Amino acid sequence: MADQRPDLFLGVFGDQDHTLEATKACREAGFTFYDVFAPYAVHGLDRAMGLPFSKITWVTFLCGAMGCIIGISGMTYVSAWDWPLNIGGKEAFPFPAFVPVMFELTVLIGGICTMLGLFAMCRIFPGKKARLFHPRVTDDRFVIAIEMDEDFNESRCREIFAAHHAEEVKQVGPDYDAMAAEGGAA
Amino acid sequence: MGHVYSALRRPLVHGGKSLHDVTHDVCSSIEGKPSQLWWLGFFGSGLVALMFVALIAWLLYEGVGVWGLNKTVGWGFDITNFVFWVGIGHAGTLISAVLFLFRQKWRTSINRSAEAMTLFAVVCAGLFPLIHMGRLWIGFLWVAPYPNLRGPLWVNFRSPLLWDVFAISTYLTISAVFWYIGLIPDLATVRDRAKHWGRKLFYGVLSQGWNGSVRNWNHYETAYMIFAGLATPLVFSVHTIVSFDFATSVIPGWHTTIFPPYFVGGAIFSGFGMVLTLLLIARKTMRLENYITLDHLENMGKVIILTGSLVGLAYGTEFFIAWYSGSMYEGFAFINRATGPFAWSYWIMVSCNVLSPQVLWFKKLRRNPMVLFVMSIFVNIGMWFERFVIIVTSLHRDYLPSSWSYYHPTLIEVLTLVGSFGLFFWLFFIFVRVMPAIAFGEVKGVMDMGKPHDEHKAHGANPEVSHG
Repeated sequence: MADQRPDLFLGVFGDQDHTLEATKACREAGFTFYDVFAPYAVHGLDRAMGLPFSKITWVTFLCGAMGCIIGISGMTYVSAWDWPLNIGGKEAFPFPAFVPVMFELTVLIGGICTMLGLFAMCRIFPGKKARLFHPRVTDDRFVIAIEMDEDFNESRCREIFAAHHAEEVKQVGPDYDAMAAEGGAA
Repeated sequence: MGHVYSALRRPLVHGGKSLHDVTHDVCSSIEGKPSQLWWLGFFGSGLVALMFVALIAWLLYEGVGVWGLNKTVGWGFDITNFVFWVGIGHAGTLISAVLFLFRQKWRTSINRSAEAMTLFAVVCAGLFPLIHMGRLWIGFLWVAPYPNLRGPLWVNFRSPLLWDVFAISTYLTISAVFWYIGLIPDLATVRDRAKHWGRKLFYGVLSQGWNGSVRNWNHYETAYMIFAGLATPLVFSVHTIVSFDFATSVIPGWHTTIFPPYFVGGAIFSGFGMVLTLLLIARKTMRLENYITLDHLENMGKVIILTGSLVGLAYGTEFFIAWYSGSMYEGFAFINRATGPFAWSYWIMVSCNVLSPQVLWFKKLRRNPMVLFVMSIFVNIGMWFERFVIIVTSLHRDYLPSSWSYYHPTLIEVLTLVGSFGLFFWLFFIFVRVMPAIAFGEVKGVMDMGKPHDEHKAHGANPEVSHG
């Protein structure tokens, strides 16, 4: 499997604006991004890479709606169907009285599923080994990783990286996962 | 397009820090050996927390008779403490979620510790309704249909007390999730700085292999905004539902429609009071003056003067409506509150909550940490008394003069309140040693504020123009 993957061409940057501009330039040049790495959320970097808006909103919406339905149907079953009790002459199905719990369950189930959805979409889980492309990528360094496929043009890419003040430019082999893991651990 | 901030704005972080300085300043306080001051705080608060556990054990063994409650005043310190701690727990989510939606960038220096404070306050709060039942174990049986002669008997979903169970447990869960999601990238940084294998393992498991991939940041940022969107109505709903515990009853002094906004305003007020108390200490002892600047303190002071005024307005409105409604019971309840046997507690409340924040109208005092600290203590005291006033003064003289009574808390009740503070501070001391106390990943994202920007320099554009 590993040899089918293209090599990666990395540029290491020390500033968010340089990274952002270099990312835009790489996209205009038609390169394929393996990924870009940033120590904090740089607004607009995802759009500059050409990533679509995250679909995680659907997870929240559907699971939140499910929570709401669980709430209303559960309370209806308990209060109006299974054992209707007359408490102070109140109705067996008082809709307004059900609203608070419906709301709380919408938020609770929607929220928990959003968290799980986030973990699934990011493919992160406890015990996963971090693949770091620079030992300080979670501190103050930004890395652009370009796949060296048929769209790749090394001299053009070096030019772009240099124009945006890359601190370091390097090529990593197809077994970059293993290498990156070691580099990260160092 | 990156966010570009006006160079005319004051920078949020002082001291000309680089990105690496930020990481180092925050992480170094959880690396290396803890200071003597920390050990003192940890053991001191730990002992008080142990006393709390012992008092709860004694209560469960002996029964609620160890408290000073009586037939008339059935809720005293227990529910006062509950509402007080839930209120404290409101500032964290407000700072994280509401200020996030309003794009208040200054929140980034204080949101992490405020969220932690929220969690610990809600833990303290949640204990009181449980232990006030005395026979705690029966409470858990009530959640499920419990066996009895009539078949399965369900809980009553028309009762606000049950809504409260859902509200508090949802709030605790979602606050914990929101806090943890925010921590993941910072924990990854701590993991990558770790030298010891134990730390690598601990922070490695917690950070779940996060490597700063922008593909992941894309999902992360969207999810963070969703959490802010979910948590904002949640934080308002929680204290609204707590206020329903009182407002849906027919007790004069409780049965008012003003309660939900009044409680939410009071909760934000007390929460910010406690955030100020804790952050002023943390800022000094952990040397975070460059991150939690006077501007941050001033902003919190402004929130306090706003919410304190809301609370003051509510006190006035209650009195006006008690008279305007023409209900003699309502009128009596409020006159009794201000002039009856518990008038002392009412006037402590008014002086702490309405009078003391007035000093914050002056910019000089708003930017003086010592003044803010003293004032925040007054707010904490005042807001505890607000709940005491609402609960006890409304109960002690009800419709039937023959059952009127007074309420004397026992030493055990007072020490239980003290003990809950012990638990709260103990958890907070552990937090500042184990987790990065400032969300430095978010701070780094707002460090451009107040700095001339590369792009502007390159294009010679006017640095005032802010776009992004």
